[in-house]
Amino acid sequence: MLSRTADHLFWMARYTERAENTARMLDVHVQTALLPQTDDGARRDWEGLLRISELMPAYTAAYGAVSARDVLHFMVRDELNPSSIASCLRAARENARAVRGVLTTELWEAHNQTWLELQRLLKAGEFERDPGGFFEWVKFRSHVSRGVAYGTMLQDEAFHFLRLGTFLERADNTARMLDVKFHGAPAAGEAVAGTHSAEATRDFYHWSSILRSVSAFEIYRKVYRSGITPERVAELLILRADMPRSLAACMEEVVRNLESLHNDHSAEAQRLAGRLRAELRFARIDEILANGLHAFLTQFLERVNALGTRISQTFLLPVA
Amino acid sequence: MDVTPRPGYDEMTAADGRVRPHYAAYARWLAEQPPENMAARRSQAELLFRRVGITFAVYGDKDEEGAGTERLIPFDVIPRIIPAHEWQLLQRGLVQRVTALNRFIHDIYHGQEILRAGVVPAEAVRHNAQYRAEMQGLAVPGDVYAHVAGIDIVRAPKPGAPEEGEFYVLEDNLRVPSGVSYMLEDRSMMMRLFPELFRDHRVAPVAHYPDLLLQTLRSVAPPHAAEPTVVVLTPGIYNSAYFEHAFLAQQMGVELVEGQDLFTRDGYVYMRTTRGPQRVDVIYRRIDDDFLDPLAFRADSVLGCAGLLDAYRRGHVTLCNAIGTGVADDKSIYPYVPKMIEFYLGETAILSNVPTYAGRDPRDLAYIIAHLDELVVKEVHGAGGYGMLIGPMASRAERERFAAALRAQPEQYIAQPTLSLSTCPTYVEQGVAPRHIDLRPFVLSGRTVKVVPGGLTRVALREGSLVVNSSQGGGTKDTWVLEP
Repeated sequence: MLSRTADHLFWMARYTERAENTARMLDVHVQTALLPQTDDGARRDWEGLLRISELMPAYTAAYGAVSARDVLHFMVRDELNPSSIASCLRAARENARAVRGVLTTELWEAHNQTWLELQRLLKAGEFERDPGGFFEWVKFRSHVSRGVAYGTMLQDEAFHFLRLGTFLERADNTARMLDVKFHGAPAAGEAVAGTHSAEATRDFYHWSSILRSVSAFEIYRKVYRSGITPERVAELLILRADMPRSLAACMEEVVRNLESLHNDHSAEAQRLAGRLRAELRFARIDEILANGLHAFLTQFLERVNALGTRISQTFLLPVA
Repeated sequence: MDVTPRPGYDEMTAADGRVRPHYAAYARWLAEQPPENMAARRSQAELLFRRVGITFAVYGDKDEEGAGTERLIPFDVIPRIIPAHEWQLLQRGLVQRVTALNRFIHDIYHGQEILRAGVVPAEAVRHNAQYRAEMQGLAVPGDVYAHVAGIDIVRAPKPGAPEEGEFYVLEDNLRVPSGVSYMLEDRSMMMRLFPELFRDHRVAPVAHYPDLLLQTLRSVAPPHAAEPTVVVLTPGIYNSAYFEHAFLAQQMGVELVEGQDLFTRDGYVYMRTTRGPQRVDVIYRRIDDDFLDPLAFRADSVLGCAGLLDAYRRGHVTLCNAIGTGVADDKSIYPYVPKMIEFYLGETAILSNVPTYAGRDPRDLAYIIAHLDELVVKEVHGAGGYGMLIGPMASRAERERFAAALRAQPEQYIAQPTLSLSTCPTYVEQGVAPRHIDLRPFVLSGRTVKVVPGGLTRVALREGSLVVNSSQGGGTKDTWVLEP
């Protein structure tokens, strides 16, 4: 397969996944904002979201002070923000268009239709009318494109580059989402001991919102059958390989797809990925928490980033 | 300004009001359709085309938000029907014409016998910007140059017997003719919208075109390539015909490459793949000669591949179409095609040329300037309906501007009588009405010459308009060749 084609496929999948995760994150923030809280707390929440996406400087330059309305505009509509939902879906569609010949007709049509429909929704003010419904739609379109890829594509190189992009991006996004939520935790680590009932209620909403943002609320109940504690939330989203949005599950998929794609120069990429997977497989949540979750996630993000760079050099932008 | 077409030839209805036999079944069906049914299917077609993303980019055009430059080419739901006996004539004429044109290009780049025989004036070739000295004396596989040719054909009333109608070749496109994807997509759209019509008509299929194209490309591979690797070379996603490039690559199951995907080493061409370099043997290129190789042609081109011409000249890669085919499809060469056919094949041309006045000839020039109000004047190198004067429709000021241009650079222009292009019923806002059409069949030349039955029918959607180009508001129709 052409390296450029692989590059487009990889980024098409990454942008689709990123749009979905941005929608998930924003959805949780919008819902949290409906709960009673101080203005200061609300502002901190939105700031945390911008910071974790490394978008604070770009936002401040364009909008100045942080407000819910402006942050939403910036993260949903603003095409000057390369990570906004509109930018991601445009980029996904542009990448798809560049390689439409290797996509199945259904997959290309799914991306094209998402993009056309997005124009219509934004123009009609659907997002402002019903943000929750809009975020649902973004998530759903991402499910559609993934499902159509899975259901119609030959499981060849093209397919594996798509999957590689999806799970590398998801690993990155889940890690960021965890980081922002644990960072902004009311009193991280002690929440479980909350004796005061108001505090306990607040904690419940905090931890359940992060679970909901990754569609894991019901999964949590099923797996643990007990009250929500930060340790278990972290364990579920980091180490449980059967939880489809956890870091462990993402790395399993990354390793599997890399194996199918191996070539004469891919040993280093496979080593980086395999090592990350092994560490997640054999880690314990109490060790991770003891050494500091933030430090762990920061290091994880750096390594995922390094792996992405290595994949690019190996497959996508090789020097002749 | 009078824009009413002169009494002309209608593809469906004869002058006495009778429906022509090959349209009889369709006309009966059409008469039974409630108008809302046709309107519904038309909007269904538009929806489907947009979802599939069959669009073309308009150069320099922006929508109200300054972004989208993608437009749909309007698709008309009423087919253009060609009866079997007319197609047989067209097909023989096309094969004959393209065979002679390939012989001509080969001759120009070798012995130039036709120039020495005085059949084509030498200066028409020597002063031709499309003549490529790099091709002189170079052998190409099978001596074929124009592997894919799009021949524009119109029907107009026959002089002296207007009711009969006669086919004329308007233009030969031998460089990178486009439009074949619309021929294929229009057909699949019609089959989807009106399956019942295909039960009642024996319409010759066209869907095997990509197969024939691939066979043709493989048949001209360099001799060292037993299992040749074929690619389609596109300028990229912002090119107006990008959809077609991607479509053809997909249908043939070959890679769609851009210049940046290719490189040369030791006189061979390779593409960069996820598993390392892979040799490329045949390039169906959809970019112009000028952009193919920055070392040989335009140095600022980023669309091509450095060293490509060298690999080509060594016979290590085949370019389709060959470099320098433009020397034969120029409007200054066009008037000589019937004589070429006689010269190379010893046959009389089956398809007629439109009578053409050449600006380079002083007598013709005087005639053109005196009759500007009844002629169509074209720039010799113009394409796509740009730089053209339609005398009867032009304002006095426009005619005067062209007269001045003609006097300044007469060799840059030719002129032809305004043909009353045939009309075909077309579904427009007001209902079904006649609109002018043309036809572009696609001729494939490899070891043999083949034509799929049909082609792209373009239709001028504005009432009275004779300009069918998509860049100027033209639309397309499905073209049905009925089997005997």
